[in-house]
Amino acid sequence: MSGDWRGVAAENRDDITESVSLLLRARSRRLLGDLLRPHRRAIAVLTVVIVISNGAQLALPYLVKTGIDSGIPPLTRGGGPGTLIAVVALVLLAALTQAVTRQAFLRMSGRIGQDVLLELRRRVFGHFQRLSLSFHERYTSGRVISRLTSDVEAISELLEAGFDGLVTAVLTMGGTAVMLLVLDVHLGLVALVPLPVLMLFTRWFRRRSGAAYRRTREAVALVIVHFVESMTGIRAVQAFRREPRNQEIFERLNADYLEANSRGWRLVAVFMPGIKLIGNVTVAAVLLYGGWLALDGRVTVGVLAAFLLYLRQFYEPMQEISQFYNTLQSAGAALEKLSGVLEETPDVPEPSRPAPLPRAAGRVRFDAVEFAYDGGPPVLPMLDLEIPPGQTVAVVGATGAGKTTLAKLIARFYDPVAGRVLLDGVDLRELDEATLRRHVVMVTQENFLFSGTIEDNVRFGRPDAPMEAVVEAAQAIGAHGYISSLPAGYRTEVGKRGGRMSAGQRQLVAFARAFLADPAVLILDEATSSLDVPTERLVQRALRTVLADRTALIIAHRLSTVEIADRVLVMDAGRIVEDGPPDRLLSLSGRFARLHRAWMESLA
Amino acid sequence: MPADTVSSGPSGDGPGTVPGASSWRSLWRLRSYLRAYVPHMVVSWSAALLGIAAGTVLPLVGKDIIDGPVTHGDRAALLPLGLLALGLGVAEALLTFVRRWAQAGPVLGLEAAIRDDLYRHLQRLPMSFHGEWQSGQLLSRVTTDLSAIRRFLGFGVLFLIMNILQLSAVTVVLLRMYWPLGLLVAGSSVPVVLLSLRFERRYILISRQVQDQQGDLATLVEEAAVGVRTVKAFGRSAHVYAGFDRGATRVHATSLRKVLLSSRFFTFLEVVPNITLALVLLLGAAAVGAGALTVGMLVAFTTLVLQLVWPVASLGYILAMGQEAMTAADRVVEVLDTTPEIVGGPEIVERPRGHVRFEGVEFRFPGTDRPVLRDVWLDIRPGETVALVGATGSGKTTLAALVPRLCDATGGRVTIDGHDVRDLSLESLRSVVATAFEEPTLFSMSVRENVTLGHHDATDQDVREALEIAQATFAYDLPWGLDTRIGEQGMSLSGGQRQRLALARAILGRPRVLVLDDTLSALDVETEALVEEALRAVLADATGLVVAHRASTVLLADRVAMLRDGTIAHVGRHTELLASVPEYRALLAQDADLDPEEALR
Repeated sequence: MSGDWRGVAAENRDDITESVSLLLRARSRRLLGDLLRPHRRAIAVLTVVIVISNGAQLALPYLVKTGIDSGIPPLTRGGGPGTLIAVVALVLLAALTQAVTRQAFLRMSGRIGQDVLLELRRRVFGHFQRLSLSFHERYTSGRVISRLTSDVEAISELLEAGFDGLVTAVLTMGGTAVMLLVLDVHLGLVALVPLPVLMLFTRWFRRRSGAAYRRTREAVALVIVHFVESMTGIRAVQAFRREPRNQEIFERLNADYLEANSRGWRLVAVFMPGIKLIGNVTVAAVLLYGGWLALDGRVTVGVLAAFLLYLRQFYEPMQEISQFYNTLQSAGAALEKLSGVLEETPDVPEPSRPAPLPRAAGRVRFDAVEFAYDGGPPVLPMLDLEIPPGQTVAVVGATGAGKTTLAKLIARFYDPVAGRVLLDGVDLRELDEATLRRHVVMVTQENFLFSGTIEDNVRFGRPDAPMEAVVEAAQAIGAHGYISSLPAGYRTEVGKRGGRMSAGQRQLVAFARAFLADPAVLILDEATSSLDVPTERLVQRALRTVLADRTALIIAHRLSTVEIADRVLVMDAGRIVEDGPPDRLLSLSGRFARLHRAWMESLA
Repeated sequence: MPADTVSSGPSGDGPGTVPGASSWRSLWRLRSYLRAYVPHMVVSWSAALLGIAAGTVLPLVGKDIIDGPVTHGDRAALLPLGLLALGLGVAEALLTFVRRWAQAGPVLGLEAAIRDDLYRHLQRLPMSFHGEWQSGQLLSRVTTDLSAIRRFLGFGVLFLIMNILQLSAVTVVLLRMYWPLGLLVAGSSVPVVLLSLRFERRYILISRQVQDQQGDLATLVEEAAVGVRTVKAFGRSAHVYAGFDRGATRVHATSLRKVLLSSRFFTFLEVVPNITLALVLLLGAAAVGAGALTVGMLVAFTTLVLQLVWPVASLGYILAMGQEAMTAADRVVEVLDTTPEIVGGPEIVERPRGHVRFEGVEFRFPGTDRPVLRDVWLDIRPGETVALVGATGSGKTTLAALVPRLCDATGGRVTIDGHDVRDLSLESLRSVVATAFEEPTLFSMSVRENVTLGHHDATDQDVREALEIAQATFAYDLPWGLDTRIGEQGMSLSGGQRQRLALARAILGRPRVLVLDDTLSALDVETEALVEEALRAVLADATGLVVAHRASTVLLADRVAMLRDGTIAHVGRHTELLASVPEYRALLAQDADLDPEEALR
């Protein structure tokens, strides 16, 4: 029972085969290399700095040994403290060197990390902006957001904590091993005997925790998705008494998450004491064997002390590695996803040599256009259409007839599969983004508002517009009265995504925005659907004048729009089945006449 | 791709959060969640104490080996001491294991239990609460805040006490061995503790700043992602990118300051023990030379000095964790303390007839003095359908929401079959009243589960009937039929398709009272006509309250109530109102040029 409520359509696409994941790793490696390349020299310096820093740190136990072995005997023999003071001075010097280099390392690596992060953010955001609408429709905004927030943060976490930890751990461990052997080969070998065990143990942990961590992430994602969805849809939840079932589902997801979390926890609960065990056993062995050697005078007490200090330096960072793996893994996963996004190519690419079109009259032509969404069945089988400059065209037809597709092709949200869409005789694919958008603007029923003031939102259509132009645009569509009645007028904050305004009010602002942009071709896709009738009528009256000297394509369920159209296209299954001035179509008693009659009847 | 995590949203505080006023009180209240784990905690705390003892004694054994067998050539005494060291080492590791293993229950169980309770509570809170809180803010409470609480209650408290104990134990041992050196070591920990406290304060400040700026950046990302069509339609990518770039650069600059701060601190943290080591060596060696200290003791000293680094350095970190947990607990308790204003009463409607009455109803949003609704009187007889019309903002949606008690009237009352809706159990009320909204909410689950939301016992036949009436049989043609998963995490449907499914959900199970809040707005004319035709049959039996923008929807109703300025200005039949109320005509006649006479025909 547990899984079926989610439906089969959610088939997990995360189960990638080993070979694919290898490929992914290569891809994210390339991205990483690419991001780090500008910092090559800094990284080289960094390497030198970190080696010095570790050398200084490694020198300390050795100096303690020298202090004990060579500094103390002169004292007991009544000699001078010269050697001891020299050693202590060296210790201080080493400590100071270590401090200076360490700080330099932390600063430099921190700066590189932040630079990389900034560059990554810029690249990914810019790339998302470049990718076409078809990509965004497939990918959904939620995933775009999580790429740019949680994934980037996962990488930032690695850069902040993990990187330093890893480098230090590796260098310390390597250096310590060498020093142990230098101090005393026999004792050193004994101390290093557990090394293979240690490596096997770490490998075991890395594998198991990798799986456990992935499960945890998946489990928490499900918890979050369910939570967000039930909170955003709380009205429906309460109205339909869904709470008990929701609670059941949530508790189960939460318990799954708890279980996944516990697994990871238990692994760490084995790993960290395990490392400690190996470390402590080694210390005991060194004490025993070292003590035995010391009895025969084959090692000095100083060597013994140095060993104890080195072993501590060796095993301490090992324990922290368990934390590090998680960071590394989530950063790796994030990098894979990000590099995947960066690899996407826009379906609607910018032309390499854009055609100039400084002024557009607004002549739109479809030349043998065919269109299908992503390999699906053809939505527009074969379309020829010519819209002369200045004409207002209403497109009607049932849902799925292809009206919106037609509009999106003119706005070049998509490119046709075959044929061409032309503006003033220029193929849209030859126009660069800026030129195209200056001439063609589309207003949809979404009418998204950005947080900021109403003025900002209207000006989104033309950022350099003076205030008078903003007011003019609002006046033209009859929104001025409403906006002026607000407490702060044009400076009223619209709230998050325009949350403080009704759908109709948002639509008015979106309209004003489009008019301010002053395009040669204006496309209105269901742009009046949220207005109440009197307001819609006002807008329509305004449209008559606003659309007088520009080409317009209007899509609306409500036929009232037709009243202002010079021409009506009736679409059915991607074809234009009727085309002509409204009066003529009405007299033909075809589809449009039928639709119009049905609509008239619906009015009363 | 369910592995995608939803971002926790901008870090903005929820309404009503008092910043900085955190105290132990909220955190202390959450302790009850630990009650079930007392045995676990006893075990882990005992293991922790014994572990500290073993860890502290271990270097002392080293000292004994050096001072005993090694110095005196006593080969026989070496083995037992070595074995003792081995035993202590193994014991310490085992105790660590026991401590960690036993901790899992309280640490993780606490988090899960609070999360369940939060969710339960949130589901009970009314729309007025949810209207004020973004789901992102709530999400950060059930994720980020709970982790902070978990980390501190499960980990932090234990470490805090352990570290203090370890610090004291080692200091005592050092003082007893050779007090001047012991004093030196203890003294050297003082600046570390003080500085780490100060550092933590600054670090928290700057971390918050980074977080806030990241939150702002997330908002920009969200807008650019959700509004991508608008951005593209106006070709404003460069403008949006510039905004993002400014934000990202700001985060970069603040993060660099953070890097600088922590680089200084961490360096300090490492340099102090190293300098202490140098001094211990100097003074210790001198003491050995003077015969006041044995070599073994000196070795033990150096080891123990290093053992103190972590407990000392982490004190500040743990206290910061505590601070964070307190703030988090405040935020969690704030939600838990919000009393659900809408709770069910004791009564149930035995055999509902569906007689809905609004009796002098008034509604105002909290903190405002202008009522949205005032003095609303309306009587909807069983089986009757009333259409609610009015200009945007006249209060139609609010009035409709009062029936299923998605919000409560602030004056007057709403009754069903004579029962005040507030006296009815929510279960009973909401099974009598079904609602469909203009913005249809579909969940990431199968079509079937979406439609049978309120009735999991519905048969296939019931579902088919509802889908047919709502003209939503397209659902059978989806790739997996009714089992196709839809919603944000599944297949995307058009606005019209979503509305029709939401309508099917409302009419499933033939509710006595049906509230339709402009449910058909996204349908094209032909589909709308079909739906209306089918709805007529449903509304013939049920009591209906239909919010309408269009004349065609109004025609579903027996009577029309027109709202103006929050009160019912006119009630009557459509044709009557059309003929006698010019305002009504202006509202509903699609075309001003249309002659009312003609519209009547």
